[in-house]
Amino acid sequence: MMLEIENLQAEVGGNLILKGLNLTINAGEIHAIMGPNGAGKSTLSYALGGRPGYEVTGGSATLLGKDLLAMEPHERAAAGLFLGFQYPVEIPGISNVQFLREALNSQRRARGEEPLSAADFLRLAREKAGLLGMDMEMLKRSVNVGFSGGEKKRAEMVHMGILDPTLAILDETDSGLDIDALKTVGAGINAIMRAPDKAVLLITHYQRLLDYVEPDFVHILADGRIVRTGGPELAVALEREGYAEVIAA
Amino acid sequence: MNAPVKNAEALEAVRKASDYEWGFVSDIEQEFAPKGLNEDTVRFISAKKDEPEWMLDWRLKAYRHWLTMESPDWAKLDMAPIDYQDAYYYAAPKEKATLGSLDELDPEIRRTYEKLGIPIEEQKVLANVEGARRVAVDAVFDSVSVATTFRKELEEAGVIFRSISEAIREFPDLVKKWLGKVVPMHDNYFAALNCAVFSDGTFVYIPEGVRCPMELSTYFRINAENTGQFERTLIIAEKGSHVSYLEGCTAPMRDENQLHAAVVELVALDDAEIKYSTVQNWYPGDAEGKGGIYNFVTKRALCQGRNSKVSWTQVETGSAITWKYPSCVLNGENSVGEFYSVAVTNNHQQADTGTKMIHNGKNTRSIIISKGISAGVSSGTYRGLVRMAANAEGARNFTQCDSLLLGDRCGAHTVPYIEVRNPSAIVEHEATTSKISDDQLFYAMQRGLDTESAVSLIVNGFAKDVLKQLPMEFAVEAQKLLGISLEGSVG
Repeated sequence: MMLEIENLQAEVGGNLILKGLNLTINAGEIHAIMGPNGAGKSTLSYALGGRPGYEVTGGSATLLGKDLLAMEPHERAAAGLFLGFQYPVEIPGISNVQFLREALNSQRRARGEEPLSAADFLRLAREKAGLLGMDMEMLKRSVNVGFSGGEKKRAEMVHMGILDPTLAILDETDSGLDIDALKTVGAGINAIMRAPDKAVLLITHYQRLLDYVEPDFVHILADGRIVRTGGPELAVALEREGYAEVIAA
Repeated sequence: MNAPVKNAEALEAVRKASDYEWGFVSDIEQEFAPKGLNEDTVRFISAKKDEPEWMLDWRLKAYRHWLTMESPDWAKLDMAPIDYQDAYYYAAPKEKATLGSLDELDPEIRRTYEKLGIPIEEQKVLANVEGARRVAVDAVFDSVSVATTFRKELEEAGVIFRSISEAIREFPDLVKKWLGKVVPMHDNYFAALNCAVFSDGTFVYIPEGVRCPMELSTYFRINAENTGQFERTLIIAEKGSHVSYLEGCTAPMRDENQLHAAVVELVALDDAEIKYSTVQNWYPGDAEGKGGIYNFVTKRALCQGRNSKVSWTQVETGSAITWKYPSCVLNGENSVGEFYSVAVTNNHQQADTGTKMIHNGKNTRSIIISKGISAGVSSGTYRGLVRMAANAEGARNFTQCDSLLLGDRCGAHTVPYIEVRNPSAIVEHEATTSKISDDQLFYAMQRGLDTESAVSLIVNGFAKDVLKQLPMEFAVEAQKLLGISLEGSVG
């Protein structure tokens, strides 16, 4: 089992947002979570990532058997967890190359692996950037500074490619993408994460990303719980009928 | 990049550093002047240095003037009055001050510099850095210069690189011509004190048309207890010459405050350029604010010649209190003054630092980039003056002051003074204050960085415009220092 979440409860600013969420993801699977605004989708991703302010008040979450909730955010990253951010953050004055090399090497050190040399890292970065159709020049610019919405999302995928996680939680990675970028990002997710020893949790509002990354399971999150689970056809039904209809059905 | 050995050693020292790696004390037999300050102290120092009569007279004049002055109180600094009688004004290792060769250097001093990662052995530098840039070093230990490297090679190029004590004896005319001309002895309280009791420092003379073949550097180390360090640096760049000079400082951890009151004078003649870089890492005191260096420094450059240029770059991470305004007096037509500064304060540190750009000549230009980073309960103030004199036709200044706050108990202040007496002059000032955002921290941590590394990275990004002005090897040291000096400030 890759990720196992049992009865997860989490608060933000004293308000209970996740109210006993259960979810199991096995290696090799791609899951999608859909749901109306305010259902708790981003809270789920932040609570699993360990963001301060997202307080877990009950339940458990394990990644490959390790207690995620007991770890610091950077330890969760080293354990193989990657969050793709809905709003990637700007860090002025630090290039993507420098940022990712430090991040990757600090993960590698935490896992007892040798850090990559500058040359090896650049080779890796060039390969992954190529996969996502991103110009290396972009990676030499400051992290997300001056990037368009689409470029930021594409850069998130390059981060994922370079850091090579075992579980990626991608929070509305499809928002802000035009159709060409959506295709590239979809192809990137498949190329990087579609593997027997990896898994993906896609958080999305729309069916359209799922046209390019076909999920094995689709879950509907409403009011802090998963209320329905199905195959790809559930997303199609949602797109056609809306949340209210499908949740009520 | 071929890193010189100094770099590798310094990096290793930095890597090992936890709190203040340089806080060790070296056990060296030392000779002190009697405690306290009076005319006899001044005479003692002058005699120790074998100084000519004119120098002693100059010192005594400064001392008598200092007695009539009052300690300045306009800076945003909270400090108890200093008892000038409760300190030593001269401490020297008990060896002869001038050495025939480096082999005669007290092994303990040699070890001290080795620990600090500073290359005072030429052959070692030469052996390890083939093809890489070499740096000539003047090492000042408490009150005396203990080693000056690469002297011969520099002299072949016509460059004079000496301790100031030696220069006073060997090149009295040059010293007499410029000493106190950029910073007059009556300039301010600490400058007057320095004139009276300065013990050593560095003298650099670059002759006309010479590009100094290597970077010059001085490492200042305060070791002795209860001792003030009053160093004096004088750099003269003749017409069309060029020099890059680096200054680094450390001191042991001690419970009491130690005074460091330096004066640095730079002179740039026609078409000459001086680049002066400082990484100041004096002991800042402990987390409760006990001990630390009082760093009261007067640094000023005279851009006397046409098209001359002086660039100050400073990374200030140490000292309990910093009071320092490296300035440029732009007399020559088309002369350029630059000031790039990163000042970090943590715990109980206080810094009041900035610059003065005095535009006297036509079409003079200046740029000021100041980055203040405050954490803990510290306070950082940028204080700067831009003056456009009546004759400064077409002069321009651009100033950017940014402050970054870590936590909610520290303070950042910006105090710009602008005086414009020429209607064609243009002065621009931009200022921002921001906090390290939780978004940035979490983003970096989610990618795998621990809190300290994330803070260090974000802070280095904030300071990048200044750090990129530093010579490469210095920049690497400075980056590490920024991270170390902010350890424990978040989370």
